[in-house]
Amino acid sequence: MSRFSRLAPSLALLPFLLYLTVFLLVPTITVVVGAFTEGGRFTLSNITALVDPVTLAALRTSVLLSAVSALIGATFGAVLAYLVVTGGRRSWLRRSVTSLSGVLAQCGGVMLAFAFIATIGFSGTLTIWLRDHFGIDIFGSGWLFALPGLILVYAYFQIPLMVIVFLPALDGIKPQWREASVNLGANAWQYWTQVAFPLLRPAFLGATLLLFANAFAAYATAAALVSQGNPIVPLLIRSGLSSEVLLGHQHLAFALAFEMIVVVAIVMGIYGLLLQRTSRWLR
Amino acid sequence: MRPSGTFRVVRMLMLLGFAVLFFGPLLAMLDFSTRGVDGSRTWDAWANLVKDPELNRAIVSSLLLALFTVLLMLLLLVPTMIWVRLRVPRATRLLEFLCLLPLTIPALVIVVGITNVYQWVTYLLGDSILNLTFVYVVLVLPFAYRAIESSLSSIDATTLAEAARSLGAGWWTVIGRIIVPNIWSGVLSAAFVSVALVLGEYTIASLLNYENMQVVIALLGKSDANTSVAASLAAIIFAFVLLMLLSVFGRSRRAEGR
Repeated sequence: MSRFSRLAPSLALLPFLLYLTVFLLVPTITVVVGAFTEGGRFTLSNITALVDPVTLAALRTSVLLSAVSALIGATFGAVLAYLVVTGGRRSWLRRSVTSLSGVLAQCGGVMLAFAFIATIGFSGTLTIWLRDHFGIDIFGSGWLFALPGLILVYAYFQIPLMVIVFLPALDGIKPQWREASVNLGANAWQYWTQVAFPLLRPAFLGATLLLFANAFAAYATAAALVSQGNPIVPLLIRSGLSSEVLLGHQHLAFALAFEMIVVVAIVMGIYGLLLQRTSRWLR
Repeated sequence: MRPSGTFRVVRMLMLLGFAVLFFGPLLAMLDFSTRGVDGSRTWDAWANLVKDPELNRAIVSSLLLALFTVLLMLLLLVPTMIWVRLRVPRATRLLEFLCLLPLTIPALVIVVGITNVYQWVTYLLGDSILNLTFVYVVLVLPFAYRAIESSLSSIDATTLAEAARSLGAGWWTVIGRIIVPNIWSGVLSAAFVSVALVLGEYTIASLLNYENMQVVIALLGKSDANTSVAASLAAIIFAFVLLMLLSVFGRSRRAEGR
């Protein structure tokens, strides 16, 4: 009786746990198991397919795209976050920037692709304007639909994500620290290089990693923008899922998705460690 | 410590730069979607948002999906979170871990592995785009959890519950009539964020071959780019207004509480 009455309240969690098992854990386990099996038997052939030149090239491009867009996003995002923070906690500037950031970072996907088709696509507003007034052709051979274009468009959801992630860290910087360093005779340069930057570094690095993982796993923007070829891992997964021409492609999708889990898990693991360091003084 | 004059000028200039960078493409979308022949202006592309049957159906589907996702998410998450706080506090870390897990498992990975689950869902409930609700609930979970958690931890739920219990309230009364009204702002934030996320969702719908709003926008892009751009801009503005209302409403509620 006493044992039951102790466990009884936990039973109320069952619907929630069951739901997550079916719609989150089962799919994830399916991917991991699928990556290592073929027709119900253990095999490493799917995993070895990951080092084949085509998939390896996609991985390389994906890492490059994620790294470059994360660095751009982190740098510009941190600057924008700082500009917003200096405006005060309840300012309209802060509200509108965080709201727009929320839209672009969390559900920008396809819409961002069309924003850039409308701006610098073949008949985009900026393309036409520059062509008519200055004779400059910025469309070129269609770089918007290749890696440089992806980096540019990704920056438009990476910068907003950085703003969202980095604002709390900047809020944690207390004016007292600045006053203390000024009292001790520091000038602005010394305060920034010896107090503020070292304090913000873990948060900045952590946010950069988060941005990397975010870009690595992003699918919608690339899918809407790139219709020829599969230059990055998410698009390769798409072709693995949709093509039934080659048998075993389904399992390549599993293997690629597994690769994605591994990359994201490693990056997010390091992010977690950095977050612990930051949270010491954020409270 | 007042910011110096030069800093204020530099700050304004940089903000202006960011404004051009981010509002430029949005204005270009407005220009692109209203462009007619020979430099004239037309709102045909915008009229298509209600006139084009395919797009119209997709918008309705997405709105219904947003509604059902919010309802199911609240039904599943709110009682569980309150219950964990009141009765099973040792499950707090587990609940947090599970709710934040979808941040580490990309939607793309979930969709690759979910085919079998969805065969069952289709078998049991019939084939409907509204079945996406189930996986969307997982997708919005981390954001909804954070919103509700921040308001739940700002009230003394245990004391409120004990007071209600001692006056003879049952657990459902405690949850529905005592705790929920006190965390209303968090529940509302969770709902708004979920709506924004569902309206922007593309990955899962497109790979499971369902035509939600984003999928149709992407499809239309090949034949009628103007309408796609108009729909994209409309969706961005709608989501922006939603999040803006949330920030104003959420803050003012919190200010009242103090």
